[in-house]
Amino acid sequence: MAKRKGRLARSSTLGRGAAPKVHIPDGYLSPSTCAVMYAASAPCWWAALRRTRRKLFGRTLPLLSLFAAFSFVTMLFNLPLPGGTTGHAVGVGIAAIVLGPWASLLAISLALTIQALFFGDGGITTLGANCFNMAIAGSFAAWGIYRLVSLGAAAESRRRVVAAALAGYGAINLSALLAAIEFGIQPMLFHDATGAPLYAPYPLRIAIPAMMAGHLTIAGAAEAVMSAGLFSYLRRNEPGLLGQSQNQLPHPSQQPARMGHPGNAALALAVVLLMTPLGIVASGAAWGEWGPKDFSSAAGRAQITIASRSAAPPAAVPSGLARLAKLWTAPMPDYAPHFVKSAGFGYLLSAMFGVGLILAAAWLGQRLVQFANPVANGYAERCDSHSFPHSPKDGGGGPPAGQRRER
Amino acid sequence: MSAGVIGKTVRGFTEALAQTLESEESARRRGLLQALDPRVKLVGLLGLVVAAALSRRPAVMAGLFALGVVLAVASRLSLWSLAKRVWLVAFGFTFMIAAPALFLTPGEVVYRFGWLAITAQGMRSALVLVARVETAVTLSTLLALTTPWMHLLKALRTLRVPVEVIMLLAMTHRYVVLLTETANAMFEARQSRVVGRLKGHEQRRLMVNTGGVLLSKTLEMGNQVSMAMLARGFRGEVRLLHEFRLRGWDYLAISGFAVAVVAAGLAGR
Repeated sequence: MAKRKGRLARSSTLGRGAAPKVHIPDGYLSPSTCAVMYAASAPCWWAALRRTRRKLFGRTLPLLSLFAAFSFVTMLFNLPLPGGTTGHAVGVGIAAIVLGPWASLLAISLALTIQALFFGDGGITTLGANCFNMAIAGSFAAWGIYRLVSLGAAAESRRRVVAAALAGYGAINLSALLAAIEFGIQPMLFHDATGAPLYAPYPLRIAIPAMMAGHLTIAGAAEAVMSAGLFSYLRRNEPGLLGQSQNQLPHPSQQPARMGHPGNAALALAVVLLMTPLGIVASGAAWGEWGPKDFSSAAGRAQITIASRSAAPPAAVPSGLARLAKLWTAPMPDYAPHFVKSAGFGYLLSAMFGVGLILAAAWLGQRLVQFANPVANGYAERCDSHSFPHSPKDGGGGPPAGQRRER
Repeated sequence: MSAGVIGKTVRGFTEALAQTLESEESARRRGLLQALDPRVKLVGLLGLVVAAALSRRPAVMAGLFALGVVLAVASRLSLWSLAKRVWLVAFGFTFMIAAPALFLTPGEVVYRFGWLAITAQGMRSALVLVARVETAVTLSTLLALTTPWMHLLKALRTLRVPVEVIMLLAMTHRYVVLLTETANAMFEARQSRVVGRLKGHEQRRLMVNTGGVLLSKTLEMGNQVSMAMLARGFRGEVRLLHEFRLRGWDYLAISGFAVAVVAAGLAGR
């Protein structure tokens, strides 16, 4: 089916030329699914635009447009793959590596919009889903995989090429998985009175293997080859584009902090922590946060009925809830360790513990990213909007040609 | 073999460019949809696509499809070209996807071929899918074939698309054509120099290196374009020229589209 999905994209007015593989045409997803996917994509587009808007004055505007056009054109490339077949790449892997995830999601969304509106590849109602799958999830997946796999690797390391290949491979497969899930939930949610599916007809157990079979092999290989190949080319010829000419780029730690004074944040955090015992003032349980014992006790059932607007709960504990409730036991049940007698102190202790865990995770994440590559943003975000580094031919703002090789 | 891969890629570029030219040419014809305000056309045709997506009855989809055919004829579009490029291809591949549903959808068995059984629910599901895809593709193709790209982009402002996005789309479209021509020239030049058969890894290297050179050219062009924009006074503000003005025909078309969308919405439930 994956191969057929790929072919379906060619059923558009573009004819045989383009063959993007996860473009969902109009008619396959219900309008409500399409609306949800537009709603899911909108905040990402908004955030990406907001991040790049201040740069649009400079060369980011043409850079985004040109990269989107480049992505469109690379989708037309017939890439020979081992085994004698050919495939087409979307280019999301290299876009995320070069531009960074935010600019990449904009560039790929632009390419997909042009395809949908002008060339009829992918539907108009499904544009939100296509952009979410390929541009948004794909860009962040590619960027994350590249960062993770290239963690600590030297600029010349072969591991970075492998990371680029895996970035493209992982991104296109995540996109395919999301598309398969969107296809697969259609028959569950939308069918007529006789049970006939109204949109994509296959359930998850068929849609996921059918989509993934083609993408784990052909489409994934095409994306991996294109990402790794372009990465190698750029590393040889345009190292500045990959953030590898760090000599002239400021380290993030040298950039002025845009946040407020850290002391203010700490004070606000302390106030919020001290207010956490307010939770014991509230009565009853939050809607949907019930445990198995709430279904078996009379008081619990009464609370559920009140919270559910007089809808009575099922007579027995739902089997799924009963099964999954045993899966994990919280170290601090009901926001208080067993040895603490005071509920208020238990709340405070739990809050401190939780905040401490989050801060530790954030600090660790920041250290990992800095360790992987001191230049955390993509090329698009590194472009100075008021000055023009040398053209990419000259190294994209990097050091002179003789010093280009990374240390 | 090598010529095959390059040739297929060049053919893809040629088809994309040919389609661009054909769309521009058909958008300039004197026809019904071409004469309408792009905003009316965009909202009206999108409304019909959504109505087709919402509809649960093949008869309603058939009605919307017939409306699309009438609009295509009134807009002086070639039905043969639509049939060849859109309807037949969409039918072929959608049917290929829908066909297994005939057998895989559980329900009341209508026909049995040995161990294979076609169910009534499967037939209905396949029919609805094919009808919906055909209708939606036809209506969205009408929009692309009867509206100049720049007008379509300006009409997107009606849907509150940010002006920066419209400018990005306009630039992207322009460079899609330019880069397609550039890539086409690069591949044709390479094709003329290749003698004999290239091995698989040589073909891959050729394609990827060509992509790399194209990316270099792309980014260099981005630099040049931004400098040219600044030299011409670009300061970050985007203004769109050309004010659309609704005329009598447009109001009539709005009413017609509204009636069709509401009727299809009610009948398709």
